[in-house]
Formats: sequence, structure tokens, C-alpha cells
Amino acid sequence: MKRDMHFMTKKIKFSRILIHLFLISYAITCLFPLLWMISTSLKSTSEVYTNKSLIPQSLNFENYIKAWTEGNFSIYFTNSVIYTISIVLGIVIVSTLAAYAFARLNFPFKNIIYYAFLMMMLIPIPGAFVPLYVLLVKLGIQNTRIGYILPMINSGLSVSIFILKEFFEQIPKELEESAVIDGCGKFQVYYKIMFPLALPAISTIVIFNALSAWNEYILAAVNFTDPNKMPVQQGLFIFQGQYFTRYELLMAATTITTLPIIMIYLSMQKYIVRSLTGAIKG
Amino acid sequence: MRKFIDKIENFIFVIPALAFFITFSIYPLFKTFQMSFYQWDGITKNMIFVGFKNYIDAFKDPIWLKSIKNGFILSFLALIFMNSIAFLLAILVNSGIKGAKFYRVIFYIPPILSGIVVGYIWKWIYDPNFGILNGLLDILNLSHFKRPWLSDVNTALISVSIASMWQGVGGSFILFLAGLQSIPEDLFEASRVDGATFWQQFFYITIPLMSRTLMIVSILTILGAMQLLTIVIPLTNGGPGFETEVPALRIYKEAFSSYKFGYATALSVLLGIMLFIISLIQIKLRKVD
Repeated sequence: MKRDMHFMTKKIKFSRILIHLFLISYAITCLFPLLWMISTSLKSTSEVYTNKSLIPQSLNFENYIKAWTEGNFSIYFTNSVIYTISIVLGIVIVSTLAAYAFARLNFPFKNIIYYAFLMMMLIPIPGAFVPLYVLLVKLGIQNTRIGYILPMINSGLSVSIFILKEFFEQIPKELEESAVIDGCGKFQVYYKIMFPLALPAISTIVIFNALSAWNEYILAAVNFTDPNKMPVQQGLFIFQGQYFTRYELLMAATTITTLPIIMIYLSMQKYIVRSLTGAIKG
Repeated sequence: MRKFIDKIENFIFVIPALAFFITFSIYPLFKTFQMSFYQWDGITKNMIFVGFKNYIDAFKDPIWLKSIKNGFILSFLALIFMNSIAFLLAILVNSGIKGAKFYRVIFYIPPILSGIVVGYIWKWIYDPNFGILNGLLDILNLSHFKRPWLSDVNTALISVSIASMWQGVGGSFILFLAGLQSIPEDLFEASRVDGATFWQQFFYITIPLMSRTLMIVSILTILGAMQLLTIVIPLTNGGPGFETEVPALRIYKEAFSSYKFGYATALSVLLGIMLFIISLIQIKLRKVD
């Protein structure tokens, strides 16, 4: 009997090791392409074509300086920061206002409007960038910053309103009621009480919309023809020549583009996983 | 009267959202339907009504049909391979081992990257002359397997699929993991007391209770694969020839390279209807559940 138990724990230990081996090998699969990107970005031009090792012979940080200056990356990077902040700010303001109303206030056609928003979340419109381009031209804002920011705010609204409405509904009503007794108007209740209470849900919205704004390419490609207004994702294309690509510069540029989102992700991953877990349970 | 003013005040809260929604969602939706019946270059005022011609053309367009077929191949590969790996990883991470949080954080890194960046990284990995994939085959003495992965007709689509699955596994994994975590632990405990084996637990508890999650993930996978676009542009841009053309890329090129805005929107409507049917199936199956 005792020997049996011993055998069993050994067997469990063995299977634990196998599980870890498998999971670690998949973790390496996830990370290797990124490590390879960083490795290439630090190699010299000749080394890129000769050295297949993950560890560069010398650290050529000048690739980053070259990518930043020759590729005009300071412009693209600044643009992306401007767009991401404006888009996220817009989404937070517009979606908290609407979600609060959908959760707590009464007005005509409330349910119809809410379900219209939900429908847009469930039914994708493939190729929506074509009519959007036509619209932007018609409004005279194609190839302008605002012509990019406004439709991008819209693209984040449905999901954000949905998440926030669910959150607002869980906040106890007593808090608002006592504020109303104290003489607070609706807008005061919204920004003095509901907005601060919703900060956990708002942070989720900020992270997800910031990631998708930073990573967006198609609408930018459709909207911008002026290189001075393009975001980073568009900027990456200038490193690709028709016959020849400077991979050490391209990989330096993709690293510059990726680093901010990896940092945001690692510092905020608690919120990301929590909200994704909530999404499937709901 | 007071009540009426109250309701109007309340309505003010949704006006900004509604304004965005009508301008950038509803209007483009109707515009798509309208434009699909016209022949138009997108620039001049010269719009010619052509009825259903764009739709009829689409069914005779071999490149469009090829792109739809590729979309289905990408969906199929992702459903089978990407979701199996994701499901296996979720079960293992959820098996009570140490470091579950670490694995969860790592596995979700590829999904947060941009399609352009992922496309370029894999393009470099697949590079025919200096890429690490062919380099690795050399080191392993498997040089006869070397090929220009993205420009060889036989491997181009598979190579695109692998790059996009590499990015997509983490998304399915997180959803599977959330589904597994919502299964009450006492179910497993009770069955363990009754002497159930791991496989019995798997087939009689895990799979049935995961059916809803499995369905949602499958639908999201199909919707994602059928609308694949950004990653393809840096990787192959649809080439060699039209081997890796995908539906969304066709719409993009018909509008902005060929200036056939009417035709492009007709393709949008056709793809939209296909995806809508898939979404309906999802809602139906949810209700059955």
C-alpha cells in the first residue's frame, strides 16, 4: 500500500513535469518571434544576413537612432500618442455618459437605442472603411487628424457602453439617492459619484481602447495621405523597399512600436484578464 | 410637464453617443447598400445606377471566389489547430499547477500586438534567403525542405495561416480558461469520490459544461478568420498571384486600388450577409443552450 502511494505521487510529479515542459515550450513559441525581432534590431547590417544566433555579436543601438531619425519615427510616434489619447478620452467621456443613462435614467426609445448599439457590436460590417472614406471626403475631413479620431471613437463605443452599463447597474442606488437629497443635479451625480465609482470598469475600457487605437492600421491607411499625420503602424511601411528590406531597421522600428503596448500590458494585465473572464461568464 | 423636461434632460446623456453612432455606423451601413447598386470610382460625381450587376459580377469573379475559399480554409485551420492548442493549454493551465498566472500573462502577449508588426516579424522569419526558418532547416540538415515560404504557391496560404494562428491562440486560450474556471470545483470532487478517471471527467463534465464557451470561441474564430486583413498586407498583400487573397483585402483593393467603389461595397454586403448568418447561428445555439 505504502509503495503504491509512493508510486502514485511519483506518477503525479512526473505528469506535473510533463505539463510544465509543454507549457514552457509553448511560452517559448509565444516569445521567440519577439526575441528574434529584438535580436535582429540590435545586429549590424552584415550580421543580419550571416549570424543566425539569437544573441547579437555586438549591440548596435544605432539601429534605433537610425530608424527613429531616417524613418521619421518621431513624427509617427508623436502622432500615435496624440491619436491614442484623444480617441481613448473621447470614448471614456461619450460612453460613460451614455452607459449611465442606459443604466439609470429614463428617456424615450431607451431600449430600442440600446439594442441598436448592441446589434452593432454583434454584427460586424466588413469593409466599413469604404463608406467611411466616402463620408470623410464628403465632410471635408479626409486626411485630417479629426477625420481619423472621430470614426475611431465611434468604433470603440458599443463595447465600452456595454461593459460600463453592466457595471453601473451593480452600483447600489442608495448612493445616488442620498446625493439627490443633498441637492445634486443629474450631471453632478454622474461626475461626482458614478464616474469615480466606475473607475475599475473605466480602466478596463482605457486599456483595451488604447491597445486597439495604437494598433489600428486600415482606417489610417484609408484616411491619411499626408505622411506628417500618419500613425506608427503606417510608418512601418517605409522600411520595406520594393526589392530589398533593411530588416535591422524595420525590426528596430517594430520594437519601438511594440514596446509601449507590452509595457502597458504587463503593468495592467490584472485588469485585462479580469475583464476577459467577466466577458465569458456574463 | 416636469416629467417631460426630466426625460429630455436624461436624453442629453445619450446624444453624443447617438450622434457618433448615426454618423459613423448607421450612415455608412446604409451608404454601403446604396453604393452597391452603382458603378462609381469614388471620386467623380459620375454615379451610374447598375442594379444588381455588381452582385452578379461578384459570383463570376474568380479572384473574389478564391478569396472566399481562402477565408474558409483559414477558418477551418484556425478552428482545428488554433483552438485545439488553445483548449489544451487552458486545461493544463487550469489543472492546479504552479505558475498558472505566469503562463496566462505570456500566452496573451501575441494577441495584443498589431497585425502589421506580427506580419513583418513573420515575414522576416519566413525570408527565403536570410530567414530563421530556412536557417534552422539548414542547421538541422533538412535543407531539402527549404523554400520561399511566402512566395511558393504550395505554402503561402499555410504560412499566412500559421502567423495568424500564432497571434490568435492567446485569445481563444483566455476565453477557454474563463469557461473552465466557471465550472464549479465540487463537480470534479464529487466525481472523484465516485471514482471517475481524468478522461471520464473530461468527457462527462468538462466538455458538456464548456459547450457554450466552445460555441462562442468557434464563432469568434470564424468571424476573425473570414475578416483577416491587417496581417496579410505586410506578409504577402495577397500574393503570389492571388494565392493568399482574403475577402477583406479584396474589398480594400477593389475600392482603393481599382477605384471600383460600387463593386467593393457589393462585396462588403455579400460578406456581411455571410457573417450575419454565422452570428444568427451563434444566437440560436445560445438560446438552445
